[in-house]
Amino acid sequence: MRPDQILHPTEAGLYCPPGDFYIDPVRPVPRAMITHGHGDHARSGHGAVMATQQTLDIMAIRYGEDFTGTRQAAEGVARIGDVQVSFHPAGHILGSAQIAVMPDRGPKIVVSGDYCRAPNPVCAPYEPVPCDIFVTEATFGLPVFRHPDPLTEMTKLIASMAEFPERQHLIGAYALGKAQRVIALARQAGIDGPIAIHGALQRLCDFHVEQGIDLGPLVPATARQVDAQLVIAPPSAFASAWVQRFRDPVIGFASGWMTVRARARQRGVELPLVISDHVDWPQVTQTITELAPQEVWITHGTEDGLMRWCEMQGIASRPLRLIGYEDEPE
Amino acid sequence: MKAFAHLLERLAFTAARNAKLRLLRHYLEATPDPDRGYALAALTGDLKLRAVTPGLLRGLMAGRVDEQLFAMSYDFVGDLAETIALLWDTDQDQDVPLRDAVDLLSGTGRAGLPAAITAMLDRLGPSQRLAFLKLATGNMRVGLSARMARIALAEMGTPEVKDIEEIWHGLTPPYHPLFDWIAGGTRPEHAALAPFRPVMLSTPVDLDQLRAFDPADYIAEWKWDGIRVQAINDGGTRRLYSRTGEDVGAAFPDLLEALNFDGAVDGELLVRRGADVAPFGDLQKRLGRKVVGRAMLDSHPAGLRVYDAMIWQGRDLRDLPHQERRSILETADFGSDRIDLSPLLPFQTWDDLAALRADPPSIVIEGVMIKRRDSAYVGGRPRGPWFKWKRDPMVVDAVMLYAQRGHGKRSGFYSDFTFGLWDGDVLVPVGKAYFGFTDEELRELDRFVRNNTTERFGPVRSVAPKLVLEVAFEGLNASPRHKSGVAMRFPRISRIRWDKPAAEADRLETLKDMIP
Repeated sequence: MRPDQILHPTEAGLYCPPGDFYIDPVRPVPRAMITHGHGDHARSGHGAVMATQQTLDIMAIRYGEDFTGTRQAAEGVARIGDVQVSFHPAGHILGSAQIAVMPDRGPKIVVSGDYCRAPNPVCAPYEPVPCDIFVTEATFGLPVFRHPDPLTEMTKLIASMAEFPERQHLIGAYALGKAQRVIALARQAGIDGPIAIHGALQRLCDFHVEQGIDLGPLVPATARQVDAQLVIAPPSAFASAWVQRFRDPVIGFASGWMTVRARARQRGVELPLVISDHVDWPQVTQTITELAPQEVWITHGTEDGLMRWCEMQGIASRPLRLIGYEDEPE
Repeated sequence: MKAFAHLLERLAFTAARNAKLRLLRHYLEATPDPDRGYALAALTGDLKLRAVTPGLLRGLMAGRVDEQLFAMSYDFVGDLAETIALLWDTDQDQDVPLRDAVDLLSGTGRAGLPAAITAMLDRLGPSQRLAFLKLATGNMRVGLSARMARIALAEMGTPEVKDIEEIWHGLTPPYHPLFDWIAGGTRPEHAALAPFRPVMLSTPVDLDQLRAFDPADYIAEWKWDGIRVQAINDGGTRRLYSRTGEDVGAAFPDLLEALNFDGAVDGELLVRRGADVAPFGDLQKRLGRKVVGRAMLDSHPAGLRVYDAMIWQGRDLRDLPHQERRSILETADFGSDRIDLSPLLPFQTWDDLAALRADPPSIVIEGVMIKRRDSAYVGGRPRGPWFKWKRDPMVVDAVMLYAQRGHGKRSGFYSDFTFGLWDGDVLVPVGKAYFGFTDEELRELDRFVRNNTTERFGPVRSVAPKLVLEVAFEGLNASPRHKSGVAMRFPRISRIRWDKPAAEADRLETLKDMIP
């Protein structure tokens, strides 16, 4: 079978004809495989969903128990129609997985979803999966993106909290994954006291704790008076009236985009923290070198840069130009 | 240089003045000499280094990064120095003293510069690379004035801002004597001729307040709408300082040349054509230029209207009463027809003065100045001896079009408003205002914006054009750079007209008719 007979882009998402399923479809389909729980990859209303148990739990938290007709937790190798599939840790957020699609005859394709190779205290590390065709994101697909050690970014936060002890520090972090990672990093960096969290983070933080991830003392940032110097909130909260309860806060944002000053300025951020749950340029190029696939398919992001690099290495690449995935999802 | 790089990064993203001051003060307190002195000079624009060109920087990247990847990266980042800082491939992250960077940039010949810069970049981590390249290109752009730097210095020790201003221009980087003085050592001597002397400032007043005083104790003169300067000729050394002590002489060589006297005088810098004084907009064309062309010097000649003297012919007049200083000036020869004395206004009662203020003979007059006859010349803003009684501001009724979220104490509040006037049946944006309202009014405006949003662009919202704002402003210039063709000075919201329908807001023609 030719590669594009095994997997090809459609308007609903990546479709696998021999298995009759979609991977991370952006609209309701009869059968979906989901790499991870971010809203642009995991949507509700499918007939059947297969994902890691953690991703299924996260979808139930976000969309309610009836988010799909039937659900199946990924475990080992499963046969779906004429292909076998297996799920492998992607190191992006809790429950995130790469999906390997293995036809009986033809190339093995690994859809990495969003992935990251930097150590992350809130999820299992990325695991390289040998394959013939590697489907990668290119969110940070330019050589300017070299994410620093996140702990050195936390020292910036701690320095600012010491420099402005009377000002609360509000750090914007996406509700699933990034928020918990920032909290865990703050703990690693030595912040022991209560950290306040926006209401939108409560259930997802609880879930991480249930999964055995220690986040330390958390207090809700919902009262009129919030008694914690460090407050974590989804970035959208900064546009809402919620933020008005803080007097002269330092507004920060934890994201790989903070590498570039113009992007940080656009956000109106006073304390940019470069903390990313995606592969940066060295990681994505190293991963491709390591896996040495025959072909690289690029799902979304700044694919031109990565395609140029593949061309220079003599590796065939093609953009899938999937629509519906965000730069970095909320 | 790690601490310096960190400071630059924080300053670049910090909007609030007080927060900037604290960041700078902490840096200066924690950093040893000479690095802190070089940092201070870099931030205030007083560090004269060989300016590295963009061409040289691009040349450094040739062969290091694929051209196409470089082009894509530059396109994404939008700033050459930042692109190179991010792309440079090294595992090193040494804490190189800022002094070494300064020595390299001031002491390396043109031919050796690319190799020296390469070697330096190879030693540095990403944020230091950016700091070094910004230093090399002489483009800090962190929004920190020399005035603010002096305030931060004053916060570090006992000398006050005016004391520091007075000696500032005699100092050179890395400012060892200055830091010694701040730490409790002796005050540095005036190292330079023609030092800046702290300027005497006035406080605002109105007719009701004036009635408490005897008009016979005061003189009055027009308040000219130019820029306040201190003009000095000290034994042939000529200087023009702004009222905050910035040396602005380079932009006004014609006036420097005309300072044919011996002394230090206080006056208003104006563009003058014969007897006529040109509007502020004409003066603005001359401000902030490093080099002024011949044509500009001819079409926009600078002049000085003197109203006080600190030093005259070697004598310090500052302790004398104002009227004695004034009488010395009345007989003085300024040595140029570009310089004259600001005339006194005849008045017996405050009502006489009110009548004069209401009908000034020139559009370049923005009110009256009132000075006690017995006042000594005291730097700073003492309450009482000098008053400014400005003309009433101009106002227009405009319609709110866009609102932007504020920072710091206004986080989460829509507090910066773009407003427009009618041109035909469309509203044309004419300006932006972010003060003039109370905290309670801010909450009401914020609520209005949230309830009337039509579109969002990041931190900006466009709102349904239905709220009329009375906007007060101090002056108006024709401006080809603005879509409306006009630029307001100091616009602020003087009243919120919840009662007034948007259709009854003012028209653009009305505003244009106010241009002097």
